[in-house]
Amino acid sequence: MNELAPATHTHTSAPAESYLDEHTVRSWLLTTDHKRIGVLYLISIVFYFLVAAVAVGIMRIELLHPHGTLLLNETYNKLFTLHGVLMVWFFLIPSIPSALGNFIIPIMIGARDVAFPKLNLLSWYLFMIGGGFVLYSIMIGGVDTGWTFYTPFSSTYSNTHVLTMVFGVFIAGFSSILTGLNFIITIHKMRAPGMRWFRMPLFLWSLYSTSIILVLATPVLAITLLLMAVERVWGIGIFDPRLGGDPILFQHLFWFYSHPAVYIMVLPSMGVVSELMAAFTRKEVFGYEWVAGASVAIAVVGFLVWGHHMFVSSQSIYAGMVFSILSFIVAVPSGIKVFNWTATLYQGSISFETPMIYALGFIGLFAIGGLTGLFLAALAVDVHVTDTYFVVAHFHYIMVGGAVMGFMGGLHYWWPKITGRLYPEAFGRLAAIVTFIGFNFTFFPQFVMGYLGMPRRYHNYAPEFQVYHVLSTAGASILGIGYLLPVIYLLWSLRYGKKAPANPWHATGLEWQTTSPPPKHNFDETPVVTGPPYDYTEDFEPKPSGVLHA
Amino acid sequence: MPDARQPLAEQFATLPQQAEASRLGMWAFLCSEVMFFGGLFLGYIIYRHAYPHAFAVASRETDVLYGTLNTAILLTSSLTMALAVFASKEGQFKEVRHFLIATILLAIAFLGVKALEYTDDFHKHLFPGPMFADAGEPKTQLFFMFYWMMTSLHALHVIIGIGLLSAMTVRSAKNHFSAEYHNPIEITGLYWHFVDIVWIFLYPLLYLINRHS
Repeated sequence: MNELAPATHTHTSAPAESYLDEHTVRSWLLTTDHKRIGVLYLISIVFYFLVAAVAVGIMRIELLHPHGTLLLNETYNKLFTLHGVLMVWFFLIPSIPSALGNFIIPIMIGARDVAFPKLNLLSWYLFMIGGGFVLYSIMIGGVDTGWTFYTPFSSTYSNTHVLTMVFGVFIAGFSSILTGLNFIITIHKMRAPGMRWFRMPLFLWSLYSTSIILVLATPVLAITLLLMAVERVWGIGIFDPRLGGDPILFQHLFWFYSHPAVYIMVLPSMGVVSELMAAFTRKEVFGYEWVAGASVAIAVVGFLVWGHHMFVSSQSIYAGMVFSILSFIVAVPSGIKVFNWTATLYQGSISFETPMIYALGFIGLFAIGGLTGLFLAALAVDVHVTDTYFVVAHFHYIMVGGAVMGFMGGLHYWWPKITGRLYPEAFGRLAAIVTFIGFNFTFFPQFVMGYLGMPRRYHNYAPEFQVYHVLSTAGASILGIGYLLPVIYLLWSLRYGKKAPANPWHATGLEWQTTSPPPKHNFDETPVVTGPPYDYTEDFEPKPSGVLHA
Repeated sequence: MPDARQPLAEQFATLPQQAEASRLGMWAFLCSEVMFFGGLFLGYIIYRHAYPHAFAVASRETDVLYGTLNTAILLTSSLTMALAVFASKEGQFKEVRHFLIATILLAIAFLGVKALEYTDDFHKHLFPGPMFADAGEPKTQLFFMFYWMMTSLHALHVIIGIGLLSAMTVRSAKNHFSAEYHNPIEITGLYWHFVDIVWIFLYPLLYLINRHS
């Protein structure tokens, strides 16, 4: 199609042509268009999310009573393993990078596609094959190790289908690596003329940092799982202390990936929130360079804190102290971000559209999650609350409160761009508020009961914890409504929603300069960037009221 | 797939941009490979430190002759690969093909030697598991676990490399490349040198350390 060095790309056909115009199954399954691959990811992760949510729904019902009789012990173990594996690897990690990132990154930098479109499609197929293995291992009986696959239980003693599930995660890991690699090269080499590093929107900075973690941490998980599988098959004893191995080695390798993985989940959300803060306060993000730098800092420091997962594992007290200090240090760039978002709100002309409510919800939940992270980074407190619901509540505040609120905010923000349709704003606001309330209802009681000593992963418990579990289950049902509402009205909007204009939010950013939905190659002409990313000063124009209400 | 008639993939604006992107892509991939092998190296170092005697005993069981021969073969193949990349920059594609084929033959020779060595190892019961020859030190099995994992993963990379090199040879024969567009050969070269470097670390770790202590 294009011969040598066409600086611009022009369409000879009608200008209304969009990336959605072809309708055959083949055109979707063999596509190399980053936008379609983003949509494929979007559909897949929502599916995995629903399966994982059903698993946890059953668990919450079981936990209503101290001696719940709904589930056998083994079934309960299998459900929380399933919930963890699907949520972590098949929803949280790919949610923003693979679905929204794939769609938005090339448009945001003014490129026609990612650097390696075929690799991009391959990574979706790997993701689906990995998910297939996980679902298959449930169908043949499930796995009871927990999503952490701790050895030697997983490698020697568990009688469940550990190998099948681990293989699924292993394959999904390669999908992560390829996606991260694609993003790094795309952001390095495909930026439109004039888009210097410090003219990039903050979403790109956060996904760039995320991609570095994906490329450098995920292989360590892969080799760890491979070693564990080898031990399980041949009984070799790398991690089995009876044979001279060391289960702590598994934990070091596992958390070397899995702690940075938390930042894979939350950094993209931070990028989304930065975009939303600028768009809905009509202001430049306060301290842009600092927010950008904080993303990279979180990625770098995030590699150095894995040992705080092993404070009670008999590792040396000196290692514990070093990991404790390093863990505190992560709070610095995280704090920079939160303070700068707050400062952006100051004297901004704030409008509370759906994405903005999600973004503000993110800040609230992330602040609680982050502050309780400091409790856990402190050696002595951590010893008290290790393996209790306090930890469960903390990581749900960060990973669900952080990652899911960011994902929902980003999804609503870019939904008109992705589908070309507007959703009913009132329902959107309602869903955002219900989610926020349901979330706190679900997880705040868990902080309390964890602090009082309720261990995680138990389904029979002392009666004094029942009140907290009932609160938590009640909250989970509100949260469930908060998640189901968008599914309903977003699907509704596909057919009945108003047609979206190119820039429904009057936001800056190259993605709003092209039509909604975008044409196959994103832009009719390669855009040229001439200024900073959030220039709301000159062309500030108040939104015509009612334009967003479908 | 871009070729001579249409060397520029549609997402790129210029050929240099495409070349830089694929070069950086290979470097990023190799970084992830370093982390992949890194887990194995870490485990090896930890257990070598924990059980120095067992590891010294075990490493004397490896065959230094095979190891050295393979090191020589692989280093030579890196040379022929470098010459192939050099020739491709000069646009001399007949030479490119000769050097690529030489690299492939050396890679096959490497695998052949490895196969002989593995056969010997099997006969000596050096494969971890129930049949393992316990040389008085139960932890020697751990050494051989790492030996097999590391060398077989490396061999897998050699096999993938042979596939890439063959593809380059075929595409070169079909005139897909020119002095302006030879980038795939260059990044195949990067990959091949990485495979070589991994072996440069494996050779002393598995064959040389403690051989005479």
